[in-house]
Amino acid sequence: MAAPPRHSAMLSMNSAVATPQPMPGDMSQGPPQSLTPQPSQGLRVPSNRKTIYDRHLNRSRNAELSRASFAYLFAEMVTYAQRRVTGIQDLEKRLNEQGYPLGLRLLDLLFYRTTTTSSSALSSSSTSSSPPNRPLRILTLLHLIHGPLWRLLFGRSADALEHSVSPDTPNEYMITDNDPLVNTYISVPREMNQLNCAAFVAGIIEGVCDGCGFEAKVSAHNQPTEMWPSRTVFLLSFGESVMEREKVLERSGIK
Amino acid sequence: MSYYFTILSPTDTPVFNIAFGTSKSGGDGIARFRFPDTAQYMNQFIIHSSLDIVEEAQWTNGAMYLKHVDTYPPAAAYISAFLTPSGVRFLLLHQPPQLSNSGGSSGFGASSILGSSSNLARGSTSSIAANPTSPQTEEAVRQFMTEVYENYVKTAMSPFYKQGAEIRSPVFRTRVTAAGKKWL
Repeated sequence: MAAPPRHSAMLSMNSAVATPQPMPGDMSQGPPQSLTPQPSQGLRVPSNRKTIYDRHLNRSRNAELSRASFAYLFAEMVTYAQRRVTGIQDLEKRLNEQGYPLGLRLLDLLFYRTTTTSSSALSSSSTSSSPPNRPLRILTLLHLIHGPLWRLLFGRSADALEHSVSPDTPNEYMITDNDPLVNTYISVPREMNQLNCAAFVAGIIEGVCDGCGFEAKVSAHNQPTEMWPSRTVFLLSFGESVMEREKVLERSGIK
Repeated sequence: MSYYFTILSPTDTPVFNIAFGTSKSGGDGIARFRFPDTAQYMNQFIIHSSLDIVEEAQWTNGAMYLKHVDTYPPAAAYISAFLTPSGVRFLLLHQPPQLSNSGGSSGFGASSILGSSSNLARGSTSSIAANPTSPQTEEAVRQFMTEVYENYVKTAMSPFYKQGAEIRSPVFRTRVTAAGKKWL
């Protein structure tokens, strides 16, 4: 996320649907300020008569959020979680839980946006352009996370996608990000070096997997290298039921 | 044609439902089901019983719109399904109007010649209303579902909406009604 022009930063801050970081922002700026009471219907609508249903979901598609405000909000989220926990694992679990609902939402938004853009790009032959398919196999899901989801969140694809080489854990996959945006402005104290605040992103991934019907546990791990000191590996381990279904689907030749 | 539309969360909680009638070819938009008014729960029975088939189709077909999935012949009820990527089910039950000359579902196979000719006639005049499995109907339902999906995404993106909670927004209801008027 490069530093965006000021007006586009304002745009995404005001939009309830747009960016990966809407939760804290929206909670604090909340709608009540622009609401006028409508006693006749019992429904409160904004003074400009525009509800969230009147906004187009693609309006803030290319708008970017200010990196500084995101860093500030995210740091606050970490602090908030940290005040309420006793250990590192607890803290990561909290961050994970904060990311989870975001993943569920982003999934729908992602599909909505790919549908509408593909049909508008081929508007002359809109009937022939079919919407993207829901992921049925693990690999399609992983590609969805590695590519489109990462681009929606961070403006680029993830750096690597690997399958566990160990024969004991065929249900484990790894997605690597060399320089996760969420950790850019987080300095972890030495005594907490196990902590990786990208647990928040792991929560988002978990939400996406669960939403698609792939029960999974996702965790974030530090794997620094010379070149990438904050390299993070997201470990996805899918549940038994998913692996069983995967075998059935493979036999019946479904992609 | 009468419609019963329902949204079910991935954990089978009913999130939203609405009954409406066709507005095409002179319809007044009021649902007239074949059950008496006291037995409207039949719609819910029929629509929920199609969930097994939806869950089966879910893993063989990656499309979001699963088309017509189930039929319940005794009530001449047809069910179309739409699946969002996050696992929310949109189910639409449609029931063609009762024919005045035949006594409902039992009269369907009465006379093949008469039946086919009347089918053709109805197919040409109002395809959506009378022929629940025609491609035109599928297309109309798909358009309807897509429009509802757009509104559903807007609902889901609201930070005040919790996944799987009932959708109470009157604006959403109005939007769904409008989509029904427009396409069905």
